Amino acid sequence: MAKLAKSPWLLHYDASSCNGCDIEVLDCTTPRYDIERFGIINTGDPFQADILLITGGINNQCESVVRQLYSQMPDPKVVVAVGICACTGGVFKDCYNIKGGVDTVIPVDVYVPGCAARPQAIIDGVVKALEILEQKREAYSEKQEQKGRA
Amino acid sequence: MAKQSIVPFGPQHPVLPEPIHLDLVLEDEVVVKAVPSIGFVHRGLEKLVETKDYKDYVYIAERVCGICSFGHGMGYCQCLEKIMNIEIPRRAAYLRTIWVEMSRVHSHLLWLGLLADAMGFESLFMQCWRLREKILDMFDATTGGRIIFSVNCVGGVLKDMDTGMLLKIVDTVNEMEKELRPIAEAFLRDLSVGTRLHGLGILKPDQARLMGAVGPMLRASGVAYDTRLLGYAAYNDLDFEPITAAEGDSFARCEVRIHEIYQSFSLIRQAVEKIPEGPICVPVKGNPNGEHFMRIEQPRGEAIYYVKANGTKFVERFRLRTPTTNNIPPMLDMLKGCQLADVPLLILTIDPCISCTER
Amino acid sequence: MEHLNTIEPITMAEFMPAVIRFKMDGWRVVQICANRVPDGYEMSYSFGKDYDMRTLRLTVGENETISSITQVYPGAFLQENEAAELFGVKIESIDKDYHDKLYRIARETPFKQKG
Repeated sequence: MAKLAKSPWLLHYDASSCNGCDIEVLDCTTPRYDIERFGIINTGDPFQADILLITGGINNQCESVVRQLYSQMPDPKVVVAVGICACTGGVFKDCYNIKGGVDTVIPVDVYVPGCAARPQAIIDGVVKALEILEQKREAYSEKQEQKGRA
Repeated sequence: MAKQSIVPFGPQHPVLPEPIHLDLVLEDEVVVKAVPSIGFVHRGLEKLVETKDYKDYVYIAERVCGICSFGHGMGYCQCLEKIMNIEIPRRAAYLRTIWVEMSRVHSHLLWLGLLADAMGFESLFMQCWRLREKILDMFDATTGGRIIFSVNCVGGVLKDMDTGMLLKIVDTVNEMEKELRPIAEAFLRDLSVGTRLHGLGILKPDQARLMGAVGPMLRASGVAYDTRLLGYAAYNDLDFEPITAAEGDSFARCEVRIHEIYQSFSLIRQAVEKIPEGPICVPVKGNPNGEHFMRIEQPRGEAIYYVKANGTKFVERFRLRTPTTNNIPPMLDMLKGCQLADVPLLILTIDPCISCTER
Repeated sequence: MEHLNTIEPITMAEFMPAVIRFKMDGWRVVQICANRVPDGYEMSYSFGKDYDMRTLRLTVGENETISSITQVYPGAFLQENEAAELFGVKIESIDKDYHDKLYRIARETPFKQKG
């Protein structure tokens, strides 16, 4: 990973996770793992977030919330599915109220498997997401330039 | 009468790690009524018991919640052991006690951190979570998992600890006890923390009992009820008293939880001292037939496990009543009359675990 | 030291008076559990006092209506709503009735059918 030009902000949402991955995500922001050394800040505001970290599978009720959060985030944005439930539905796949992984509702860029996903894996996933974010940003600004010329 | 307005709170909110939604009916700044809507994390995993082998279902039971995961597995196993008349080896009972007390320490430290974060006391949050890492390291060393470690099985536990490991746990606990003191001091003596918590959300003992509050919330209202005194696992060999506080406010709830961490340290030390040698698991033959209600004390309070089995390998019904289910009704009562700005903090003081509640 | 943990069958007529007696004696609601049986439901209401727990077992026909205990124990509303929504048990006059909109699941009464 080359140097980072910007400080991406991170939004975390629990779709229908068991909490295990959520506390690991939160753990990443605390002294031992300290994701903030990449310039990342955990924010609660979707309008100011670049990365959406999402845990747990999608159920009937959280579907619209996830859609809304995703649409509220400004372009360019990346989505990281944390934990096996967010990737595929995991052990809860057969439950009557689970539709499947997060990608059944919104596009996912990085998948971090694990039950619960380890902080190291989450950080790795976020770093991957930063690269994708950078690519998306370049593509996005090119598009904007073209728009400006047209 | 002042004009009423409704403010939606959640599901995505900075102070909440988990989604819950409340409609707050306000008169000016004061809450007059709170209506919860839940179901954002409802998965329906009680239903899975009908299609999974009863021995395999332990893994699902442990995934009800990532914080009290070990306790859920243990409650489910104990319930089946009771139905099948299995006496687990004493060593297994002691190992379960050690792990479940370590879970309590980790859960309470996590809560203390979140409380500090909700008050904007960032450095205290970091300190609590830094300390919590030591317990997670011990989980990692003893079981191979940090959060969900699946060492329970019907008939005992799957992993043993050798003497070196047990002594290492005691060392860690002693070290943590020393490091916890300044943190506890900050919660209990700091002026700004005190001003924020004292007198906030008072729950009277009678009201707590009527609304069905459990766990630290009930004990903070002065009711000495701790399900561990029923003497399951190894608790009948260990020496402890329920920790209570008289005031019933948010500060009392914080105080009770801090003292429970010290209590858990003491219980772990006692268990390591008394643990007998022997096997850790007994073979289980046949299928369960019968029903039982099992009560255990989770970090958030009393949890009920109900299993009804019909002699096949598929259990007919598994029901889990978690502490937060019982703590939400008194919380709604406490919210009446408090300021809008206090709502996030007050919700946090019941230590809500939504994924437990909705399963 | 053994504490009470019993399951006692009870008829519909005896049920409400028993609940009111529990309340007057200072018992609290521990849990409410519904279970599907071939031609109806089994409702288990557990009450606790100190370390004793007694469970009242009510057998209800599929289309029978039972009255809510929330008038006596207001804290029980979440669990009664849950039984009504997931199993389809007909419970009337719940204080804070969600009318099957507590969990807002896609499938109606998933626990009513087995498997």
